[in-house]
Amino acid sequence: MNSTDPALTICARGLSRSFGTHVAVTALDLDVRRGEVLGLLGPNGAGKTTTMQMLTGNLAPSAGEIRICGIDLLDAPTRAKARIGYLPETPPLYRELNVREYLNLAARLHRVPRADRAPAVANAMARCGLTDAGQKLIGTLSKGYQQRVGIAQAIVHEPDVIILDEPTVGLDPNQILDIRTLIRELGDKRSVILSTHILPEVEAVCDRVQIMHHGEVVFSDTIAGLRDFQRGRTVTISLHRPPGIDMLRAIDGVAAVAAIGEGRFRIQFAPGSDPSEALVRAAGTNDWGLYQLTPAQSSLEDVFVHLTRGEVTS
Amino acid sequence: MILTIAGKELRALFASPLAWLVLTVVQVILGYGFLKRLDDFLQIQSQLAQLASPPGVTELVAAPTFATAAAVLLFAVPLLAMRMIAEERRNQTLTLLLSAPVSMTEIILGKFVGLMAFLLLIVVLVLAMPLLLVTSTRLDFGLLAGLTLALLLLAAGFAAVSLYASSLTAQPMAAALIGFGLILAMVFMGETAGDSLRARGWQVPAAFAQVFSPLKNFEPLGRGMIDSYAIACSLLLAAGFLLLAIRRLDGRRLRG
Repeated sequence: MNSTDPALTICARGLSRSFGTHVAVTALDLDVRRGEVLGLLGPNGAGKTTTMQMLTGNLAPSAGEIRICGIDLLDAPTRAKARIGYLPETPPLYRELNVREYLNLAARLHRVPRADRAPAVANAMARCGLTDAGQKLIGTLSKGYQQRVGIAQAIVHEPDVIILDEPTVGLDPNQILDIRTLIRELGDKRSVILSTHILPEVEAVCDRVQIMHHGEVVFSDTIAGLRDFQRGRTVTISLHRPPGIDMLRAIDGVAAVAAIGEGRFRIQFAPGSDPSEALVRAAGTNDWGLYQLTPAQSSLEDVFVHLTRGEVTS
Repeated sequence: MILTIAGKELRALFASPLAWLVLTVVQVILGYGFLKRLDDFLQIQSQLAQLASPPGVTELVAAPTFATAAAVLLFAVPLLAMRMIAEERRNQTLTLLLSAPVSMTEIILGKFVGLMAFLLLIVVLVLAMPLLLVTSTRLDFGLLAGLTLALLLLAAGFAAVSLYASSLTAQPMAAALIGFGLILAMVFMGETAGDSLRARGWQVPAAFAQVFSPLKNFEPLGRGMIDSYAIACSLLLAAGFLLLAIRRLDGRRLRG
């Protein structure tokens, strides 16, 4: 992939980070284009936060390079950081300031020119639903409002790249919907990376998804690709007169068969093939008494568990 | 950018009761000391008048007040500086500064300038007491200027050391103790080390040790004498510990 592509806002190559002997992230490649929302998914301790800390210049990678809008983050950190908005896992809020003062400080730190500061702060507050909270001390706000202030802080300087570490944690369902809408809006013109372990969130807002496990990317595709992946993977077949399990295994495109009792089998497909039709034909010619063929209720959760736990067992 | 961070630090200081408490306690201690010395001075004034060249009120009242202020700063500065980096790390608010397009140097200098602005306020309050006497007596303004500069340089050294101490830990109280310990060690050991080195005729190491003797560098200016080496040593101490603090902050990014 060409790293000078102007639409490419984040380009990381061979990113690794270890803490002493513990390897947190290994050889991670990551690309995000303008107008794209990338979901970074993974169980706790998969290396999501470490990756985000590296992408925002909070942590120096042990190896690899990062380019933000073509600017090398390690060579020219201040120029690159000006393009980034970051919401860490714990929002970096000063409890003694009120919301407006705090956002004003964030805008100044991100070098928003004086004349543009007041409108930028007002805009960020409006987008995050904070217009009525401007005079309130951050320390007195609820967790949900504090999270919104954290998001407002990340977007106040209109960055090209927005990196959000678990942005919807601690919010109530209505607020979650608001924030998702906001992320979608932001993703139209900018690039957003968001980490989460809430799977419906990824489906709702992301264009692409990377699933991390033990510091490595185990799955990287579009949301549509992820849906195909889950839809096409397994079916449950129910037969009145089941044949031997080997007969099922012999069908083209079947990777694995597991008997789950009473003539029912879970059939796992080989990658890229869909032997459903062949199964039905074989059931017809051999008179197995097929009465049900259902895609296994494989939700995103199943895919997630398969990818992150399957790695361990296989 | 340094001023933005300095302003934020100054705000944070005034938002905490600690800063107000420190201001109050310092003012009560110094105010009492000042009035006591003024009283003593008035008692012996008639005897002093008989001397050929009697010491004035600036020497007998203002100078000891500044010396007391130096001792009080030894306690106050580590307390004021302890939260600056340690608490930001504990509350994970340092991320805001580290993610912003701001260099480590700007972050440390911003915090240092903010702290110095607060210490300047203490120094001004100390200076205001002898200045109040201007209507009733003649003051030695040269000596007062020297005392003020000496106290500011001392405060700068203490501030840099305390800021470095604050960068070492995420516990503000531990940071205060480390800062206090470092300053006290320098006050005691820096001076004796310098003296014993000089006694052995090792002039260069002795001159170097003077960098770590804040009170020794305070003294010449405190007598109204411009000792450029002592001033250079004071500045070097502050600059050295600021550099250490910057390196320490950068080290966190590298080591995690």
